Amino acid sequence: MSAALVMRASKRFGDRDALVDARLEVAAGTVHAVVGENGAGKSTLLKIVYGLVRADRGQLAIGQRCDLARHGVAAAQALGVGMVHQHGMLVPTLTLAENAALGHEPVRRGLLDLAAARRDLARAAARLEQSLDPDACAGALSVGEQQRAEIVMVVARAQKLLILDEPTALLAPGEVDRLLALLRRIAGDGCAVVLVSHKLDEVAEVADAITVLRAGRTVAELARGVATREVARAMVGGEPPPTGAPPPLPPADAAVVLMVRGLAVHDLSGAATLRPGAGSAGGLRQVSFEVRAGEVVGIAGVEGNGQRELVQAVVGLVPAAAGRITLGGVDMTHATVAARRAAGLAHVAEDRHHHGLVLDATVADNVMLGRLDEVARGLTIDRTRVRTLAERALADLDVRPADPSLAARALSGGNQQKLVVARELGRAAVRAVVAAQPTRGVDLAAQARIHDRLRAAAAAGAAVLVISADLDELFALCHRVAVLHRGAIAGELAGDALRAADARATLGAWMVGAA
Amino acid sequence: MMDAVAAVVAFVAALATVTFVEMVVRITVPYLLAALGGAITERAGLVDLALEAKLLFGAFTAAAIAHDTGSIALAIAGAAVAGAAVGAVQALWAIRLGADQIVTGVALNLAAYGLTRYLLQVMYGQGSNSPRIDGIGAKVWSSPLTWLALVLTAVAIVMIARTRLGLRVRAVGERPDATAAAGVSVAGTRLAAVLVGSAIAGVGGAQLSLVVNGFVAEMSSGRGYVALAAVIMGGWRPAWVALVCLGFGAAEAVQVRMQSAGTGLPPELVRLLPYLLALVLLATLRGRGRAPAALGRGA
Ligand SMILES: Nc1ncnc2c1ncn2[C@@H]1O[C@H](COP(=O)(O)OP(=O)(O)OP(=O)(O)O)[C@@H](O)[C@H]1O
Ligand SMILES: [Mg+2]
Repeated sequence: MSAALVMRASKRFGDRDALVDARLEVAAGTVHAVVGENGAGKSTLLKIVYGLVRADRGQLAIGQRCDLARHGVAAAQALGVGMVHQHGMLVPTLTLAENAALGHEPVRRGLLDLAAARRDLARAAARLEQSLDPDACAGALSVGEQQRAEIVMVVARAQKLLILDEPTALLAPGEVDRLLALLRRIAGDGCAVVLVSHKLDEVAEVADAITVLRAGRTVAELARGVATREVARAMVGGEPPPTGAPPPLPPADAAVVLMVRGLAVHDLSGAATLRPGAGSAGGLRQVSFEVRAGEVVGIAGVEGNGQRELVQAVVGLVPAAAGRITLGGVDMTHATVAARRAAGLAHVAEDRHHHGLVLDATVADNVMLGRLDEVARGLTIDRTRVRTLAERALADLDVRPADPSLAARALSGGNQQKLVVARELGRAAVRAVVAAQPTRGVDLAAQARIHDRLRAAAAAGAAVLVISADLDELFALCHRVAVLHRGAIAGELAGDALRAADARATLGAWMVGAA
Repeated sequence: MMDAVAAVVAFVAALATVTFVEMVVRITVPYLLAALGGAITERAGLVDLALEAKLLFGAFTAAAIAHDTGSIALAIAGAAVAGAAVGAVQALWAIRLGADQIVTGVALNLAAYGLTRYLLQVMYGQGSNSPRIDGIGAKVWSSPLTWLALVLTAVAIVMIARTRLGLRVRAVGERPDATAAAGVSVAGTRLAAVLVGSAIAGVGGAQLSLVVNGFVAEMSSGRGYVALAAVIMGGWRPAWVALVCLGFGAAEAVQVRMQSAGTGLPPELVRLLPYLLALVLLATLRGRGRAPAALGRGA
C-alpha cells in the first residue's frame, strides 16, 4: 500500500522541545490515530504537516517530497491536505459561507460569489447529513456547532489527507458514531485520515493503525486490535491511573446550595424562535433544578440544546429572561459575576479561549484572575503570593510545563484546560461549582485528576453541577443526571436507575427527543 | 427673543445655497478619503495613526507634480503613490519588524511635518509654502477629485463587502490565526490593505493642495486625526465612515460661515464646533460597530 504521509520532525519552542525527531507514517486509504498525553506534541506534529507550524528539522512527504523550509498551509492544501483544528478556527464575525470560502474564494466578475460559496457549503453539509445555516454568523454558534461546521468545510476540501485534531471532544455520542463511520467511508474512498483523540475506545473502534507520542517522541506504532490498556500504557510509559467512583451520597437533609426555578434564557445564537430539528433549540425554557451541598448533578444533552444558556445564566454572563437563581439561599438572579464569585461560585468555562483564559497573559496571572482578593496587599499585588498560588495550582493538576511565567498561549490545549480547572477549584471557599465540559481535550491521567478534584469539592460540601456531552464522564461523577433537550429538561435519572444497564439508552433517547 | 429666532432662521436659510453645498463638499473630500483609507487599513488589524502623514505627503507630491507638469491627473496619481509609499514604510515597521503601531504612526506624522518642510526648502528655496500652481481652485462640480472621491467611496464599500481582498481583510483583522489556518497570508493581506488604504488617503491629500493652488507646510493640520475619529465613529464600516465625514464637513462649513457672518460668539469657540460635534457623535454612535478584534496586535 502506498504511503499518504511519511514524516520525521523536530521542533523547539524557546528552550523547550515539543518534538524530538517524531515519526509518523500513514498509509493511503487508512484511518490512523495519533495518541499521547497532553503536551506530547500531537497538535504540533500535525500542524507541521498542515504547514501552520514550521519544523526546525526533518523530512516530509505527502504523496511527494515536500521542502519543509518552504512548506506552508497553501502548499499543503494544494496537495489535498485539510485539517480540523483542536481549537476553533472560524472567524467569528464572518458567516459560515464566508468562512468556508476564505482562502479559496469563488469569484465572479471580480466580485466574491457568495451565492456559490453558500451553495458549496450547503451541498457539503448535505453530503454529511448535517444541517447548517450558511448565513449564520460563526460567532453566534456554540463551540459544538462551530466544530460541526468546520468538519463539514474541511471534509469537503481534503482530497488526500484529512487531519482531525480531537474532533469528537464536542460531539454527542450518536454524532461521534456518525463521524467515525464517516471517517471510515472517507478512508474507504482512498483519502487517508489522521485522527487525534484521547478517547481510546473510539480509537480502537476506528483506527487501522496507531502512533503513540510521548514527550515529543514517537514511542510506539501499533496495529489495529491492540488492547486499549496496551495503548494507554504506551502513552504514559507506565500503568495508567485507575478511574474513581462517584463520591459518597450526601445526607438527604443536606442544604440546597444552588437552586434554579423556572429559568428561561434567550437563545444566545440570536435566533428568536424555536428552530425545528435537533441542534439549535432556541435558548432555555422553564428549567428548574437544585443541587444540594455535597451533591454532583450532571446535565447531559446534545450541544446546542440550552447548555450554554444555562451555564452562562447561572454564572451571570447573560441575564435570565424569567425565573430565579439562588445561591446558598440568597437570590442571585440579577447579581453580577463578581457578586456570584464572591458568594463562592466557581466556573470552569466551556470555551477556555473565550471565557476561561487570557491567552497572552502569563500562567501566573491567569491563575490569579478573579482571585485578586487572595493576592491583594493594600493597593498592590503580592507577587510572591501569586507565584506560590500559581505553583500550587500547576502542581495540583500537573500542568506541563509547570512554568508560571509562560504565556497561557504556549500551553497545549489539554494543559490550558487543566489550568482553568486548577484556578477555579483552587479558590478559597468554593460553595458551588459549575463545570462545563471540564475534561474536554485532556488526557486520561488529567481526566482522572480533574474528576478527583470535582469529587473532592463535593466531598468538602460544595454543590457541583457538571455539564458534559460525555455520558461516561457523567456516570463516573454524578449522583443524578438530567438531560437537556430543546431548552427544557427532558428527564432525570438518579440512584439505581442511573446505575442500571439501560441508563445509557434511556439518557440517549431523551437526548435526541425520542422518548 | 424674536430677533434671535429670526437671525437663526436667516442664517440657516443662507446655508441652503449652492455655494454652501460646494463648501461642504470641498471640505469633506480630504476627511472622506483619509477616513476610508484608514478604515481599510484598520479592518486589516493595523492601527492607522499615520493618516496625517499620508495626507501631507499626498498634498506635497500633488503640488510638486502639478508645478512641474501642469497635469492634474498626474498630480492625483502622484498623491496616491505618495500615500502608498508612506503605507509601505508603515507596513515595513509594523508588519515586518513588529514595531508598535501607535508609535510608528506618530513617528511617521512627525517625520512628514519635518520632511515636507525640508523638501520645500530644497526644491523651492522656501520653508513654508510652494510656489503657486495651477491647481483646481474653488471649482467643485468640475473638479475630478470630487467625482474621484465619490467613486473611491463606492470602491471602498464594495471592496470591503464584496471582494476577495475585502473578505481576507475582514478575516485577518479579526482572527489572524484562523486566517492563516485557512491558507491566507496574514502579512500579505495586511500589506495589500495598507497599500490600498494609504493610496486612497494620499488622494485626499491632493485635494488639500490642489484646491488652494499650492502646498503650505503642515496644511493637513490635524485632519488625519479627525479622520481616524471618523473611522471609529463609523464603526469601521466604510458607508458609515463616509456619512460621519460628511457630518464633519458640514459642521466645519457651518463654522466657517458663522465666523464670516459674525455671530458675536468668540471665534475660538466657533472653531470648536466640529470637534464638539465629533464628541457628541462619538458618544451617541459608540457601540454601533465593533473594533476589529486583532486591531493593534502584532502577528
Ligand atoms: N506556540 C507555542 N509556544 C510555546 N510552546 C508551545 C507552543 N505550542 C505548543 N507548545 C508546547 O509544545 C508542546 C507540545 O504541544 P502540543 O500542543 O503539540 O501538545 P498536544 O499533544 O497537542 O497536547 P493536547 O493533548 O493537550 O492538545 C507542549 O509542551 C506545549 O506547551
Ligand atoms: Mg493538541
